[in-house]
Amino acid sequence: MSVPLLEFRNVDLHYGPIQALRQVSLHVEEGETVSLIGANGAGKSSLLMSIFGQPRPSAGQILYRGEDITRKSAHHVASGGVAQSPEGRRVFPDMSVEENLLMGTIPIGTAHADEDLRRMFALFPRLEERRNQRAMTLSGGEQQMLAIARALMSRPRLLLLDEPSLGLAPIVVKQIFQILRDLAAGGMTIFLVEQNANHALKLSDRGYVMVNGQIRLSGTGEELLGNPEVRSAYLGGH
Amino acid sequence: MNMPERSSLDIRQPLLDSVLAGLIALVVFGPIVGVVLDGYGFNLQPARVAWIVGTVMLGRFLLSLFLHSVIGRGWLQRLDGGGAGVQVLAPDYRSRLRWIVPLVLLAAVVLPFFANKYLLTVVILGLIYVLLGLGLNIVVGLAGLLDLGYVAFYAIGAYGLALGYEYLGLGFWSVLPLAALTAALAGALLGFPVLRMHGDYLAIVTLGFGEIIRLVLNNWLSLTGGPNGMSVPAPTFLGLEFGRRAKDGGVPFHEFFGIAYDPNLKFLFIYAVLLLTVLLVLYVKGRLIRMPIGRAWEALREDEIACRAMGLNHVLVKLSAFMLGASTAGLAGVFFASYQGFVNPTSFTFFESALILAIVVLGGMGSTLGVVLAAFVLTVAPELLRSFADYRVLLFGMLMVLMMIWRPRGLIRISRRGFAQRPGVAP
Ligand SMILES: Nc1ncnc2c1ncn2[C@@H]1O[C@H](COP(=O)(O)OP(=O)(O)O)[C@@H](O)[C@H]1O
Ligand SMILES: [Mg+2]
Repeated sequence: MSVPLLEFRNVDLHYGPIQALRQVSLHVEEGETVSLIGANGAGKSSLLMSIFGQPRPSAGQILYRGEDITRKSAHHVASGGVAQSPEGRRVFPDMSVEENLLMGTIPIGTAHADEDLRRMFALFPRLEERRNQRAMTLSGGEQQMLAIARALMSRPRLLLLDEPSLGLAPIVVKQIFQILRDLAAGGMTIFLVEQNANHALKLSDRGYVMVNGQIRLSGTGEELLGNPEVRSAYLGGH
Repeated sequence: MNMPERSSLDIRQPLLDSVLAGLIALVVFGPIVGVVLDGYGFNLQPARVAWIVGTVMLGRFLLSLFLHSVIGRGWLQRLDGGGAGVQVLAPDYRSRLRWIVPLVLLAAVVLPFFANKYLLTVVILGLIYVLLGLGLNIVVGLAGLLDLGYVAFYAIGAYGLALGYEYLGLGFWSVLPLAALTAALAGALLGFPVLRMHGDYLAIVTLGFGEIIRLVLNNWLSLTGGPNGMSVPAPTFLGLEFGRRAKDGGVPFHEFFGIAYDPNLKFLFIYAVLLLTVLLVLYVKGRLIRMPIGRAWEALREDEIACRAMGLNHVLVKLSAFMLGASTAGLAGVFFASYQGFVNPTSFTFFESALILAIVVLGGMGSTLGVVLAAFVLTVAPELLRSFADYRVLLFGMLMVLMMIWRPRGLIRISRRGFAQRPGVAP
């Protein structure tokens, strides 16, 4: 049996008295696209950030390629091949597109920077057109592309995406998910956190549904899309 | 600028501007210039106020008229356009200013042969502020942590030399690294409690830290001599002293080398060591900026949460900025103390912190060359224009306002360099 790329084992997480995660267990296999669906405040972002130990779980284990990273430094995890496009995009507003991308090389150094920069511009031609523009002047969709590209600059094996569709127009969301589909087809392992269950589950091999810090359901993307509970809670279906 | 295109000259806007400026001038100057105290009464002097307000209104009108003309609009556009994009420099980019660097170096090497003692001391002071500016530039300019108590680390360096000599018998050379180390530790000490703070709160806490250090130095009479200060030993070179006669029957520097005694020798020596230190700090900083830690500082300045999402340990990033900045100030303090020959707390007031901050802001947040230039402009210029010294603060104020309008990112914009294309990689 092969080791999952990422695995959560009974993870609890607290912010002071507030418990954000309860006994969370999940796994992401190499090459898979897995999504985590949940309403606002369910604990999705906390789960992603706990991979970098910010904050650290109060109980349980997080494993990356079989290695227990629960107590490892954020840098160790990032340079080991985990990258994140954070919630709300969080591009560096006063830096140009190109500078933002260069910042993405911090975990691994600049040895491949030039080559990777060109790969990113091939993947996101829109970013190349705007390479000297300040990031704050980009549209929401372009900023999301930049956040993803910045994460890819550290040559990750596992790409974490926190609500990439947040606040974007439907047509732009489609573009973003097409890009994710292409990335997945290229072999990237993607762990996607979304409120937009429809898009996310269609893209994903498997999915988890999180409610109040607990995993409520899991299954393949299609199973979850057909699940009545998911349909009523996240898809506005009847 | 979203100025609507107007072909004809519009007179209304300039008139409006001028009336507004006149009103402001009336409010500001009216009580100050128009009411003159005379014993226990006062006279009104409306004519003087009218003159000033009239001048302001006319000036504002003409300025506004000019800025609305075609040429003026062109100007505004050009000034404004400077902030729109940010350029990453090509890896082989050569700055147009690059000829300045060897010129400045040459001047720095030649200077001691021509300078008199006064010029030499002025330049030493300038270099000390270059060090301070470079250090604070890491904290404020790169890492974006507004530190208003930076002078505390400068004081730690300076008093480190004085106290080390007084109580431990240490000299210039042994204190130099120790001061950098002590200041770095103090930086970490300050850094820990303020890790969670941002912006205004950080500024206030650091301001308090600076004042605490100064007050301790001022009031711990038995240790520091309080307001009277402490004397500082003159530096030595391989144990040779620079005085006319060495203490304890040693051989002074000039006798050892068989040259004539020169009272400037001490300053020449400080200048030489200081110049080397500045060059070393410049080199180290240049290296650091290109290393991941330099990028991490800038990422932290731009967005702390993004930083953490990138797997950066913001604690380490912040602490390293604080510590490196502090240790540079510690070095500067040692030079300052040796140069003055004594230290007292009045050299380490908040005004000093503000001056160093002004150097960083004026030089362009994060820009090294800008900081070097600004340090000299703000410290050497007032020295050379002694008669103008009273207006120094006014000059700062005006410079700052002008900067905010035209160069909000400093005299010299920071620019990053891209990476060299490696041969064999297809474009
Ligand atoms: N920094 C924090 N301090 C305290 N509570 C937090 C913090 N971040 C998140 N929480 C709490 O943790 C819970 C989960 O939040 P989050 O992970 O952001 O959810 P999601 O990303 O699913 O919207 C929420 O109740 C939220 O209020
Ligand atoms: Mg969230």
